[in-house]
Amino acid sequence: MLLQLKDICFERENRKILDNINLDIDLGKFVAITGPNGSGKSTLAKIIMGIEKPDSGKVILNGKDITKLPIDERAKLGISFAFQQPVKFKGITIYDLLKMAAQKQITKKEACETLSKVGLCAKEYVDREVNGSLSGGELKRIEIATVALRGAKLTIFDEPEAGIDLWSFNNLIQVFENMSEIIKGTTIIISHQERILNIADEVILMKAGKIQEIGTSKQILEKTIGNTTCCKINNALK
Amino acid sequence: MEEKINKIDKELLGEISNLENIPKGAYNIRKNGKGIERKVTENINIVTKTDKPGIDIYVKENTKFEFIHIPVIITESGLKDLVYNDFHIGKNANVIIVAGCGIHNDHHKDSEHDGIHRFYLEEGAKVRYIEKHYGEGSGDGKRILNPVTEVYLKAGSSLEMESSQIKGVDSTIRETKGELEENTNFVVSEKIMTHGKQFAKTIFDVQLNGENASTHVTSRSVATEDSEQFFVSKIYGNNKCFAHSECDAIIKDNAKVTATPEITANNVEANLIHEAAIGKIAGEQLIKLMTLGLSEKEAEEEIIKGFLR
Repeated sequence: MLLQLKDICFERENRKILDNINLDIDLGKFVAITGPNGSGKSTLAKIIMGIEKPDSGKVILNGKDITKLPIDERAKLGISFAFQQPVKFKGITIYDLLKMAAQKQITKKEACETLSKVGLCAKEYVDREVNGSLSGGELKRIEIATVALRGAKLTIFDEPEAGIDLWSFNNLIQVFENMSEIIKGTTIIISHQERILNIADEVILMKAGKIQEIGTSKQILEKTIGNTTCCKINNALK
Repeated sequence: MEEKINKIDKELLGEISNLENIPKGAYNIRKNGKGIERKVTENINIVTKTDKPGIDIYVKENTKFEFIHIPVIITESGLKDLVYNDFHIGKNANVIIVAGCGIHNDHHKDSEHDGIHRFYLEEGAKVRYIEKHYGEGSGDGKRILNPVTEVYLKAGSSLEMESSQIKGVDSTIRETKGELEENTNFVVSEKIMTHGKQFAKTIFDVQLNGENASTHVTSRSVATEDSEQFFVSKIYGNNKCFAHSECDAIIKDNAKVTATPEITANNVEANLIHEAAIGKIAGEQLIKLMTLGLSEKEAEEEIIKGFLR
């Protein structure tokens, strides 16, 4: 077992955001977490990375209790996190960020190879600053490139589809469909997108801070939407 | 280099102008208030002023891609050095000028260098001016630098100025003035970092007098510990012109930063913009770099290094 969450509770302003979450994630799995807005998905992801601390409960990675460890130490133990809204900087270039992600000296050629894998024309980007001049779609790809270079045991994506237009998403989804070429290890992806849920080994449905269901994409969508007919029609239209 | 330049001098020269060996092109090295090394070229002449301390630098018209180095080093505690350096750049010349001042003060008296640099660019001339200020030494005597830069641009000329003061200067008042004729461009990029009880004030005053004159003033600064910084930018659009001034500061600990932008349009065709932002390092930036495995301190260093690049 790579990751175990035991009795995780997180409450803010008298609202239970996570209500006694228990979850085991196997090594090598591609797991999607879905559910309505406000169901606690992003908070759960942040608790795994250490960005938020649970009020109670434990986070176990490879049998080790990491609940009290700070973000950087969790990163060193092999957890990687792609932000819903990629962070922008002033003066830090894409190459700088990729070098920090790799935690070693990488050549520009290696940086460019990673950028190419996420669909960016590398030469045009490698020396650009990670600032507001990049579009939402470009920032998302750079975010994926940074987590790819980490070579982590566990990579978490927090709603990669958020904040980008439909056309950018249609291009981005191809990156996720070929995810095994980019990310090695276990992946947890928080998403509302059916096409992402469809490529997951396992889908976890959350509602009001609780895990309501765990199953395949088909099982979860059937339960939530009633049947998969509309999904099939949707797919046919695409 | 010759004996009159010792190990400390070489290190200071390295810090301010990457000069550990004799530079290419023309140069004038000033140490403790006196010129100690000089070289002129066919196109660049350097003449000592007779009425006051300093030099006149004459660049012939159409000189292309030559370097001029004029570093100043001070190692004598208690010295107050005032120097006037005037650059006369001929028509259509294109040169790179590297200046800067390094102070090494191991004693208790204050050391000060006030460099007054005036640039007179003839029609079509282009200058890239790089200036770096640096202080070091174990003494409690202050290291003080008060540079004045005046830029006079004739039609079609341009000057790009990059100045940085990252370490060791206790007190500085930097004044930069520009008077621009038609079709000229004045670009300033300034980087300042202060710590301890250091004080830095930077004042820009740019007059856009000619049609299609333009300026872009960028200041990036980091103020830490108990240091204090003031940024004053005054830009006057007196014709059809364009100006963009940006002040961006990161503040830490008990430091204080004040930004006072002032843009004045005296012509309906003047297009003037000012942006100012002061704040601490964004928490999300620290968190992002920590998710890549950097400690909070390492993340902060990387953010500041990038910001001041």
